[in-house]
Amino acid sequence: MAKVGIVIVSHSPKIAEGAADMVRQMVGDSVNLAYTGGDPGGGLGTGVASIRDAIDRAWSEAGVAILVDLGGAETNSEMAVEMLDAERRGRVVVCNAPIVEGAVMAATEASGGSTLEAVRRTAEELSPQ
Amino acid sequence: MKDETAAEQATGRAELINAVGLHARPSVKLTQLAKTFDCRVEIALSADGPWVDAKSPVKVMRVKAPRGAVLHVRASGKGARAAAAALVSLVRDGFGEAMDQPADQSHG
Repeated sequence: MAKVGIVIVSHSPKIAEGAADMVRQMVGDSVNLAYTGGDPGGGLGTGVASIRDAIDRAWSEAGVAILVDLGGAETNSEMAVEMLDAERRGRVVVCNAPIVEGAVMAATEASGGSTLEAVRRTAEELSPQ
Repeated sequence: MKDETAAEQATGRAELINAVGLHARPSVKLTQLAKTFDCRVEIALSADGPWVDAKSPVKVMRVKAPRGAVLHVRASGKGARAAAAALVSLVRDGFGEAMDQPADQSHG
């Protein structure tokens, strides 16, 4: 059965890569995982096109959960989701969760074969109620 | 309710022997193992509870059990005995981690 894929979007490429390292080392490699961060000039930033690429890399029939850090990471992720074709759009969610802990928890949930909604719920359990 | 009384049930307990207890990576391993069983699986630091869903990575991580604590396991439903036994042996094996106290606590 397909497992939900995870995308990590940070303004900082180092944070995106580091969070992805934590997922791989703690959870293993049974879930699709992609990350993106930084602008082409080497500075901080996020871009809609690179987020779309990350969604493609992490794509799973079970859907994709995106973990973001601040502001533009969230709005650009939402725009990237909007640009997907209708058939995929409904299977990608942006989680309201801390990026590092959320990515590890979401991937743990996904590794057990949980649904996209369950993966999102687990990541969002970390947010202040 | 007759299904409940007829359901397979099992309990177990094991001391946390790995160096740093139920921290991040062991919590993930325990959750992943619990999720491989269809039955309900819970853990607690006391036989009286409070019991926590062993399939919830967030709840398991919040247990924050240190080395030396005794982890109680209970399972109910199909495969409960196998589930309880598997979790107990994961804990007894120290989650496959170092048993010695690390000098720098770097892998918390």
